[in-house]
Amino acid sequence: MQRNLHVALLSLGLLCAAAFLGGCSSIVLFDPKGPIGDAERVIILVAIGLMLIVVIPVFVMVLLFSRKYRASNTKATYTPKWSYSAKIDLLIWAVPIAIVTCLGIIAWSQSHRLNPYSPITPGTEPLRIEAVSLDWKWLFIYPDHHIATVNELVFPAKIPLSFSITSDTVMTSFFIPQLGSQIYAMAGMRTRLHLLADEPGVYLGQNQQFSGPGFSYMNFDAIALPQEQFEAWVQKAKQSPNKLDLARYEGIAKPSIGYPATYFSSVIPGLFDHIIGKYVPTAANPNAMSVESDPGNAESRVSEDR
Amino acid sequence: MFGKLSLSAIPYENPIIMGAVGGASLIALVILALITYYRKWPYLWHEWLTSLDHKKIGIMYIILALIMLLRGFSDAIMMRSQQALAAGASQGYLPPGHFDQVFGAHGSIMIVFMAMPFLAGLMNIVVPQQIGARDVAFPFMNAVSLWLTTAGALLVMVSLGVGEFSKAGWSGYAPLTERTYSPGTGVDYWIWAFQIAGIGSLMTGINFLVTVLKMRAPGMTLMRMPMFVWTTFFTNVLMIFAFPVLTVALALLTLDRYLGMHFFTNTLGGNMMMYVNLFWIWGHPEVYIVILPAFGIFSEVSATFSGKRLFGYRSLVFATAVIMILSFSVWLHHFFTMGAGPNVNAVFGITTMMIAIPTGVKIYNWLFTMYRGRVRFTTPMYWTLGFISTFVIGGMAGVLLSVPPADYVLHNSLFLIAHFHNMLIPGTLFGFLAGYAYWFPKAIGFRLNEEWGKRAFWAWFIGFYLAFMPLYVLGFMGMPRRLQHYANLAWHPLLIIAAGGTGVILLGILSQMIQLYVSIRERHANRDVTGDPWDGRTLEWATSSPSPVYNFAIIPVVEDLDAFTDMKEKGIAYQRAGSYHAIEMPKNSAKGLALGAFAFLFGFAMIWYIWWLAVLSALVMFCTVIARSSDDHVDYIIPASEVQEIEEQRYRELAFAAVNQSTEGQISPQPL
Repeated sequence: MQRNLHVALLSLGLLCAAAFLGGCSSIVLFDPKGPIGDAERVIILVAIGLMLIVVIPVFVMVLLFSRKYRASNTKATYTPKWSYSAKIDLLIWAVPIAIVTCLGIIAWSQSHRLNPYSPITPGTEPLRIEAVSLDWKWLFIYPDHHIATVNELVFPAKIPLSFSITSDTVMTSFFIPQLGSQIYAMAGMRTRLHLLADEPGVYLGQNQQFSGPGFSYMNFDAIALPQEQFEAWVQKAKQSPNKLDLARYEGIAKPSIGYPATYFSSVIPGLFDHIIGKYVPTAANPNAMSVESDPGNAESRVSEDR
Repeated sequence: MFGKLSLSAIPYENPIIMGAVGGASLIALVILALITYYRKWPYLWHEWLTSLDHKKIGIMYIILALIMLLRGFSDAIMMRSQQALAAGASQGYLPPGHFDQVFGAHGSIMIVFMAMPFLAGLMNIVVPQQIGARDVAFPFMNAVSLWLTTAGALLVMVSLGVGEFSKAGWSGYAPLTERTYSPGTGVDYWIWAFQIAGIGSLMTGINFLVTVLKMRAPGMTLMRMPMFVWTTFFTNVLMIFAFPVLTVALALLTLDRYLGMHFFTNTLGGNMMMYVNLFWIWGHPEVYIVILPAFGIFSEVSATFSGKRLFGYRSLVFATAVIMILSFSVWLHHFFTMGAGPNVNAVFGITTMMIAIPTGVKIYNWLFTMYRGRVRFTTPMYWTLGFISTFVIGGMAGVLLSVPPADYVLHNSLFLIAHFHNMLIPGTLFGFLAGYAYWFPKAIGFRLNEEWGKRAFWAWFIGFYLAFMPLYVLGFMGMPRRLQHYANLAWHPLLIIAAGGTGVILLGILSQMIQLYVSIRERHANRDVTGDPWDGRTLEWATSSPSPVYNFAIIPVVEDLDAFTDMKEKGIAYQRAGSYHAIEMPKNSAKGLALGAFAFLFGFAMIWYIWWLAVLSALVMFCTVIARSSDDHVDYIIPASEVQEIEEQRYRELAFAAVNQSTEGQISPQPL
């Protein structure tokens, strides 16, 4: 039993390690391209390191005890009545408590530092992007440039991004793994997310929350460009013959899979608020009720909103 | 007349579904034909279907759990093979609508129709015998629980061939489950299957809480209760507090779907976040409901097979109590990414990681139980050691997920899937399988084949690592859960390894089937004549195997935590009683079965909008309950002479076994 266990654990460990190292560059969470993702990578590694203090002794003791105290080993000490030791009890409570205290401090401080609602560098002017989750595609509105895209997110590297996110369908989750944090998109509500890409590149963006038959196809390229190329891209988008008015929007919002990446040279003003407003009260729609999605973030919302 | 139901509800055009339906129906027909051919219907009816004997109810629960394990595992094979195939240009063999049903059915079945019945079955067989009781507090309610759970399971099975199952996952997040986005009958199948089985579980919780509190043998103070009794006790408390929340959440969703209300809709003030909160206020304690009894089993097994007292019993009881309380304070960690503020997320993150403290303590308690023991490597002990060495990895992943910023990138990824399978397979399932091997001789009368049991263990153990370690890595590679297809070819090799892992687990399941077959074939050689095949420490081993219908002819007096070890040491374990008394036991009743049957009809009618049938079955259920409540003659008396006869027979067998043991050095095979 013990030898078998040794061999099995060892070979499985090697197998996993091989698989892990073999595709290191594709392990995107350990290859982050922005400060948020990088901070989250460090937290993951620190937490794993701390927990190994409790976990490794368990492996050692399983192998050691099951070998030493096997029934056939009559030379080992046998104390059938021994069932308590205050010292051991103290130790097995104290060590996990100490580790969880450390992790708790990390959780508290880092939850505040990496709050998705907080701007990355206060004071700098971020690029504002409004993301709308549809069945099964993403619409991105650039309110400062009056342009929009579907299924392709283009932004400048090294400039903080400030996302406002909502959904015109079921609950989904907006996530660009290499940049960091995800956040849910929910109809009638606006969630916030702040990200930053350190370097230009094409990163995979996706919906992380199952949302129906087209879920698997609800991803997009997140393209970080150098600042000057981004400006050029904006000009290119403004040349597009497509214009995003309400009728066009309703067409896009219809369920579909594999909607091609599309640019819109203009967007009707207030489209994002209109999409939220479909579910929230207005004079025309008095039956709807306002729902706040972020009670804990009231402060940041007030300070940032127009 | 038939509501929405028509012949077009049967998916004739789908060969995979029709194959499964055909196979399942064929097996059912063969079983029914065999029962008829061997004229076993009266036996089945009197000895099993209408029985209120907690031990038989327990066995039926476990049969249900094992059947549903096969169904849930078939779903797992389909998911893993689909993901091993559907990379890049290939679409695999399951279209989205079908794949989505498969993962929803897998989760629903494994939690509610595999883990829960398995747990209820083990509780039924073991708890009354461990506390020195003759029955549970409410024997009829116990049967109702069983048949309601079976009705729910049957609804899930029927959804395979009539209509469809939910395509919105086992957690059924609104508004995806609202009528706007899921107009089909799938979500209704999911709702009513959960609802009916959930009410059964709630009643089980009440039943066993009262049993443990009120029916313990004299001398068994709370702090002398075996660890399994303690853990089921805490589980029952959780059931009683958690299941009503599920009932309400599903009822509100039902009102949305059936009457057009707006509890969780996008529009008119509905709030999907409320559904998510309610679901996890049940859903998180639910995972502790299924795992705490497994902790109890590991405690019993490690003490018995180490030939030693359980280390730190008080510490273990306290740790379990802490887990019970904390389990209600962590539900928000299922949705850190919903946009709550950092204070809220951090508080729930910290309460979550606090649960790791008592859990870690437990692991060390089991290890120190082995320390300075005489460890016998039986199948239950294999499961226990496999659990300890694997569970800690899942625990580590869980604490990692409890740090909100780490969860922001790992949430809803395959890392999360790997984490909770790493808790529920080595934790719950290995625990229940250890309990299955450990208590099988007590329930059935002969031991399971050790050889095949160990083969099953190795296949499960290695298969588990192959199937789930790649998923951890895939989570770090950014792969979301529930993907029917993916374009990222970097994920492909690991998904092929994971699919291979399910293949190895399949070998484990086949080994267990062979084990059962071989053990039945060799039942005479493996017969447990003493009633104490493992040198057990607790009261259930004091009776014959299987125990007589009344468990204990004379209610034992408990003087120690390891009550039976204590009796054996004092030489009073097998002492004959001077005289026996008549014993009152519950009569059989077909009303439990009837309630289950009509609950099934009610659910089916509600799903298909067959209103007359729904009203009729509700009415029949109501009248059945009234009729049962008005029945004053629900017990029968076993006369003292019959008790004496049964007990004398046991002492003759014990003497025979002792002679054989002393002359041949082992228990020889003898005809049943």
